[in-house]
Amino acid sequence: MSKKYQTPLLDELKKGAFPSFVTEIEKAAEHSDMAADLLGLVELSYKERMTHWKHGGIVGVRGYGGGVIGRYSDIPEKFPGVAHFHTVRINSPSGFFYTSDAIRQVCDIWDKYGSGLTNMHGSTGDLVLLGTKTEHLESIFAEFSSRGWDLGGSGSAMRTPSCCVGKARCEWANIDTMAITNDITQHFQDEMHRPAFPYKFKFKTAGCAVDCIASIARADMSIIGTWKGDIQIDQAEVKNYKGKIDIQAEVIGMCPTGCMKMSGDQLVIDNSNCSRCMHCLARMPKALRPGKERGATLLMGSKAPIVTGALMSWVIVPFIKMEPPYEEFYELIGKIWEWWDENGKNRERIGELIERVGFPRFLKDLDIKPHPAMVKEPRRDPFFFWSEEDIVR
Amino acid sequence: MDKEELKKVIYDLVEASTGKKKLKQTDILKKVSADKGIEKDEVKAALRELVDAGTLIFTYFGGSYIEIPPKA
Repeated sequence: MSKKYQTPLLDELKKGAFPSFVTEIEKAAEHSDMAADLLGLVELSYKERMTHWKHGGIVGVRGYGGGVIGRYSDIPEKFPGVAHFHTVRINSPSGFFYTSDAIRQVCDIWDKYGSGLTNMHGSTGDLVLLGTKTEHLESIFAEFSSRGWDLGGSGSAMRTPSCCVGKARCEWANIDTMAITNDITQHFQDEMHRPAFPYKFKFKTAGCAVDCIASIARADMSIIGTWKGDIQIDQAEVKNYKGKIDIQAEVIGMCPTGCMKMSGDQLVIDNSNCSRCMHCLARMPKALRPGKERGATLLMGSKAPIVTGALMSWVIVPFIKMEPPYEEFYELIGKIWEWWDENGKNRERIGELIERVGFPRFLKDLDIKPHPAMVKEPRRDPFFFWSEEDIVR
Repeated sequence: MDKEELKKVIYDLVEASTGKKKLKQTDILKKVSADKGIEKDEVKAALRELVDAGTLIFTYFGGSYIEIPPKA
């Protein structure tokens, strides 16, 4: 089939070893005018080195303030197929598990009303459907709703929570990440669909410190599974690892706190100095298991560099039991959101607010007791609250 | 305060700020709650009815706001 537009710059992106989004859009363009005009518009943007998208505006479905991201071309007369090219976010299930029927259902609706292009999944975690027109939005919403799907979050709202596969596929999960994610989603429906915050707020839940969902770098609230007590050691299995891996170099030598050593054939761990990073457990899964009392560490404030620079999450609760009905957790979230609402500027993420007013003020206002685990850069940045008396002395 | 009366207070506030300052949901809750001496949750419930009815809508311009929908 002949191409609607010549796209020499985009064609460059089809070369090389990796799959190309251009190739996929070209396939979609064989049966979608939207996809065909998308190629023309993007080629022009590459040529002129400027975007031809306008973002946001008045677009959505009745009653909701999120789930649809308005996108328009500023040259609709040249590319009428993408005059409107709105994104629809669908709330993804915990752990991103789907049946093939469910995916077929999503794609059939999208072929009917949209460009046929999808992004599974967007960086927030939603199932992202790219490119539809304003007049189709209510029909799309009705079709998805009638099949049990819902829109995800967008704008100044709680975003669709996401998590690692947790106990569904990973024996190292210290918490039930999928149950927690589902509970947060149901508990905060209003906060997700009716934007009421200074800016976006993301929850991401990881079963352990390996953090397969990258919550520590991407979530305003990172929930990371951990344990209390000693790491469980099977010394016979430690012996089996000898010769298969270099325990000294790959495990003991890479322990960030240097809390491990070999004593003869026995692995010895100084658990009081363990930071529960999971490195040793991931390297010797048959020999080491987490301690028996399981829960989560709560961290706050990470974000990508949008309005200001990137931030990593910061420990605010070293250990919390994350078990239904999660009362202690929800009470804390309520206090944090209230504090953010009172003190945050428009488009200021919670992490930026904490950076601006200071962590001590955050802890004092929320009546959270300081703890050594809260140091931002462990073992480099001791955390003290100096009083006037201390300074005089 | 009667809910219909409260809805009118909210609508009037949004209408008065149109073209001057975009209001976030939280701006409306704080202002009406303080002015009328009622709980934010009560204001929120009335606002939700206005949005569900399409009398007010959410818009996005670098942040989410509550506005009067454009005339068709």
